Amino acid sequence: MAAVEHSEGLAPAAEAEGVRRRDFINVAAVSFAGVGGAALLYPLINQMNPSADVLALAQIDVDLSQIQPGQAIKTIFRKQPLFVRNLTPQEMQAANAVPISELRDPQTLAERTKEGHSNWLITMGVCTHLGCVPLGAGPGENRGEFGGYFCPCHGSHYDTAARIRKGPAPTNLAVPEYEFTTDTAVRVG
Amino acid sequence: MSFPWAKHYEPKHPLMRWMDERLPLPRLAYNAVGPGYPVPRNLNSFWNFGVLAGLALVIQIVTGIVLAMHYNANADTAFASTEHIMRNVNSGWFLRYLHANGASFFFVVVYIHIFRGIYYGSYKAPREMVWMLGLVIFLLMMATAFMGYVLPWGQMSFWGAQVITGLFGAIPLVGEPIQTWLVGGFAPDQATLTRFFSLHYLLPFVIAGVVILHIWALHIPGSGNPTGVDVKSPQDTVPFHPYYTAKDGWFAGAALTVLALFVFFMPNALGHADNYIPANPLATPAHIVPEWYFWPFYAILRAFTFDFILPAKLWGVLAMFGSILLLFFLPWLDKSPVRSGSYRPTFRIFFWVWLLMLAVLFYCGGMPAEEPYVMMSQVATMYYFAFFLIILPILSMVERTLPLPTSISESVLHGKTTDAAPTGALQPAAAE
Repeated sequence: MAAVEHSEGLAPAAEAEGVRRRDFINVAAVSFAGVGGAALLYPLINQMNPSADVLALAQIDVDLSQIQPGQAIKTIFRKQPLFVRNLTPQEMQAANAVPISELRDPQTLAERTKEGHSNWLITMGVCTHLGCVPLGAGPGENRGEFGGYFCPCHGSHYDTAARIRKGPAPTNLAVPEYEFTTDTAVRVG
Repeated sequence: MSFPWAKHYEPKHPLMRWMDERLPLPRLAYNAVGPGYPVPRNLNSFWNFGVLAGLALVIQIVTGIVLAMHYNANADTAFASTEHIMRNVNSGWFLRYLHANGASFFFVVVYIHIFRGIYYGSYKAPREMVWMLGLVIFLLMMATAFMGYVLPWGQMSFWGAQVITGLFGAIPLVGEPIQTWLVGGFAPDQATLTRFFSLHYLLPFVIAGVVILHIWALHIPGSGNPTGVDVKSPQDTVPFHPYYTAKDGWFAGAALTVLALFVFFMPNALGHADNYIPANPLATPAHIVPEWYFWPFYAILRAFTFDFILPAKLWGVLAMFGSILLLFFLPWLDKSPVRSGSYRPTFRIFFWVWLLMLAVLFYCGGMPAEEPYVMMSQVATMYYFAFFLIILPILSMVERTLPLPTSISESVLHGKTTDAAPTGALQPAAAE
């Protein structure tokens, strides 16, 4: 690469060092083609990322007015199940009674809900073990040993704050980004 | 497989030696496109188009595989999925435009490659198989391109499918059942679209296979050259690498620049606006033409307007297929022992007229089927067939050719004008 700095008169000296002007042309030409070819990889790889229409569906509004205390609903957020649960005072109490130090993924109920709306537990319905949909949101479904959710695939038990308490799942059910637009409506995403 | 002076592959690194004893792939590459393949030193730029065609095939396969990840071969959603690629998929517009214009690029390159072959007599012994395999590739390309054009399921797609499958309907007795079988119904529909998509995905890999045979057959006698004189000594050749890898690389850069101009600045210049209208089985576009690369054959198809023993429709179809199938016999129609058109002054004139007539067919194929285009197509079609069936066989008997250089290296050292001038010292016995 240094060959470019050699002037015409210095060329013989450069050849003595084993670097010719032609080597520079070679390296430059092949690198140019190489960089061009590598740049072409970008669209070829990037095309597999979510397309604009998929990203456009990445936000949903959920109406909370019909969900009774103790009841949960399943809806769809980014093509995945979303659990929206109206916790009863007992369930909130049970969640708050657990010592944080005992948890695999330590988080309080307050950290997993919005201030002033701590009865609204909104989590992804995707088990953090291998992605199954845990039971417990539908009426009559098994809610596991801790009264939250239970994943039938490999037996992960989540408590009433949807925190992992028993079984192979490594972390709590994920809480998506959301905000309350009114007292009875949230916008997720 | 190669000349005795070809460089031998000698792996130096222990890993390469280990590899060579187990899977000699580096050896294959070395002998096919590396220093182990001696190539005539006098190739002009027309010899770049083979490699360029290979590059075009790679571009089509890579972009095509990617497009198939987003395309939907369903009559209800195919058009929308094409628009989805254009608007929603990341870089989708680029990939689709590259694929669409890449097809045109492929055909331009292959047409020049074929013209090169005809002018320089590349089809002559001992390269007949190279030529015929090339024609097989050309036919596969046409089938692939046609079916690919149907996939967006626009107006031109639909009516192109209708018209081209209708060609088979011209065959007596079995024609209509064949057409119905091809489209899987009485008009192009879901079944047509699905099978065309399947075959459009398959055929490029068949082409790639035939390309390997094409190159294999070429490497038995080695590449031809503009003088048509056989390679005689090591002075006549240079190793493929680095000489022709460099030249092909440079030329590929130049050609890709032209392709990029189309992709980025006039991506729809070679297409038809009607194909941005969803397929409608109840309305044919006012002016229906195939893609530009089919124009000469389309002109030949429409040149037959009179019934003569057989119906005109059948004549058109026979002539259109015949115009390509004829080329398979070219090595035996043109028996002139001199390969290169550079040493055949009379052939040269007829060749350029043939190319001109082909240009006329190109022009007429893209025009409406009315006068004077029909008459022009008829004259050009007549010449097209006369060139191969009458002119070439007679020429090979009566033409007085120019003296050939004794060798490639002599031709290179003395320059072209000296070659072409009759020196008298050289015998016109060119049957090397």
